Amino acid sequence: MFFRRFAVFIYAVLILIPLIMVMLTSMKTREETFQNPLGLPEAGINTDNFVSIFYEQTMAGYFVNSATVTLCSVSLTLFFASMIAYGITRLNNWKGNALFVLFSLGMMVPPQVNMVPLYSVVLNLGLTNSLLGLILVNIASTLPVAVFILTGFMKTLPKELFEASTVDGAGNWKMYAKVALPLSLPSLSATAIFLFVMHWNDLLYPLLFITDNSYKTLPLALLDFQGQYSTNYPMLFTGVLIASAPMVITYIFLQRYFVAGMTSGAVKG
Amino acid sequence: MRISKTIYFFFIPGLILYALFFLYPTISAIFYSFTNWDGISENFNFVGLENYEKAVTGDSVFVKSVGNNLEFMLFVVIFQTIIALIFAILLVKNTKVNYLLRALFFFPTILSSVSVAFIWTFVYDPSLGILNQLLSLIGLEFLTQNWLGNGNIAIYSLAFTQVWFHAGQMLIIFVAGLHAIPFDLYEAAKIEGATKWQTFKKVTWPLLAPSATIVIAYTTIQSFQAFDLVFAMTGGGPNNTTEIISTYIYEIAFRGYDFGYASAISVLFMAMIALITFIQFKVLRSNRVSY
Repeated sequence: MFFRRFAVFIYAVLILIPLIMVMLTSMKTREETFQNPLGLPEAGINTDNFVSIFYEQTMAGYFVNSATVTLCSVSLTLFFASMIAYGITRLNNWKGNALFVLFSLGMMVPPQVNMVPLYSVVLNLGLTNSLLGLILVNIASTLPVAVFILTGFMKTLPKELFEASTVDGAGNWKMYAKVALPLSLPSLSATAIFLFVMHWNDLLYPLLFITDNSYKTLPLALLDFQGQYSTNYPMLFTGVLIASAPMVITYIFLQRYFVAGMTSGAVKG
Repeated sequence: MRISKTIYFFFIPGLILYALFFLYPTISAIFYSFTNWDGISENFNFVGLENYEKAVTGDSVFVKSVGNNLEFMLFVVIFQTIIALIFAILLVKNTKVNYLLRALFFFPTILSSVSVAFIWTFVYDPSLGILNQLLSLIGLEFLTQNWLGNGNIAIYSLAFTQVWFHAGQMLIIFVAGLHAIPFDLYEAAKIEGATKWQTFKKVTWPLLAPSATIVIAYTTIQSFQAFDLVFAMTGGGPNNTTEIISTYIYEIAFRGYDFGYASAISVLFMAMIALITFIQFKVLRSNRVSY
């Protein structure tokens, strides 16, 4: 019993200390960090660094870019993947299985592996320095896992539902929109959260395709801050807080869905 | 029952994007790996197996990065799996406190890798960092280190950060796995007078095999994808001691403009992942039990 409590306490401290440190440091001045790296901020709770980072950087712009890319990528991935999942479920034959395997292949190849040829494709299509380019590449990279999860779910839906609507004269589009989608809502929302976290936090694709400041997303902008502020940790951590805020706030409110969503994404293998 | 032909339209938008941004680049990596393309000019020549020869025999950095990658992977897979398993067992009961603790341990997973990289660069900072400060505070000054600057340990500092980042996610998978084990098996073990360790060995562990398979397979792939973390924390330095395959590919392609060579390394990387996945699949499948 003692061992259990002690181990859990140590782990909790290990998670909490770095996070508390981020918050405290974001309220300090640079000099303060050097003199007193672990102590409380002298000025108490303040937002000085927040104000200056918005003044020095085009934070709002990065934020809008991240939000645009994430929202479009998540919703379009879900839309296309659910259509494919519906197709595979309805076909229910070797063609469906072959397509399922084809899409599953994408989960085994990490994006870091084919960044080189992918870069040339994006360059040739003139999609570098464009949010559209990022969105299209994002969709292609998360389509496999979304198809995998959604197909797994749709296959558990009773076939009679689809057959009954066919008798009623409903076509595929109607059946997809009126039967398959509403019934798959639990699986869709779990997948949405998984995709939301992945796209919001993605660094690799912006790093490869974006050089123009006006198209940068938050993770890439943060990486730039490292060059500009170097060891100015208060500014870096202010950036970290701003970049993480939407995730953290949603996590606090939808914690249970997050855990379910992020693990359904993990349980793909 | 006949299905209307309109069903094929459902695949079109996804398939186009998937072919253009995944299938085509993946296949063309194989094609470019036999060339000396620089990524910019229109002309390039076929060089046969030269790129592969160079990687295997003439490039000490590549060999080093493969070694580093495997070391990183082993560290992360072993420690992350053990930590996740222990804490899943400790927090398995659905009490309010345990819900809260699981949510806390899961929390780092939702941060971006750049944020995690900054946080841990500060923790490891030789003069300002909390780690060295704490060590001096409790009289262990001799243990203080330049955690990311010392080439002998930097890769482990990175691996530890990766475990901090993702162990909570694996913990949740184990908790789900534990909840799926039928309760009467524990009852039976109890009636037969099994000790805690025996119960773990004979009931929990074998029945947890499917979850363990998922955790290990996923952790392995994740450890190969640690590009962001390494890129933002050490950039592969000092002296390539933390260079992993993906950061090396980035360097060759986007700093050295040797796309042909980078493609060859990508292909070797893919083959390695396929091999490791295959071995894991074989080993872990053979451990399955039924009840």
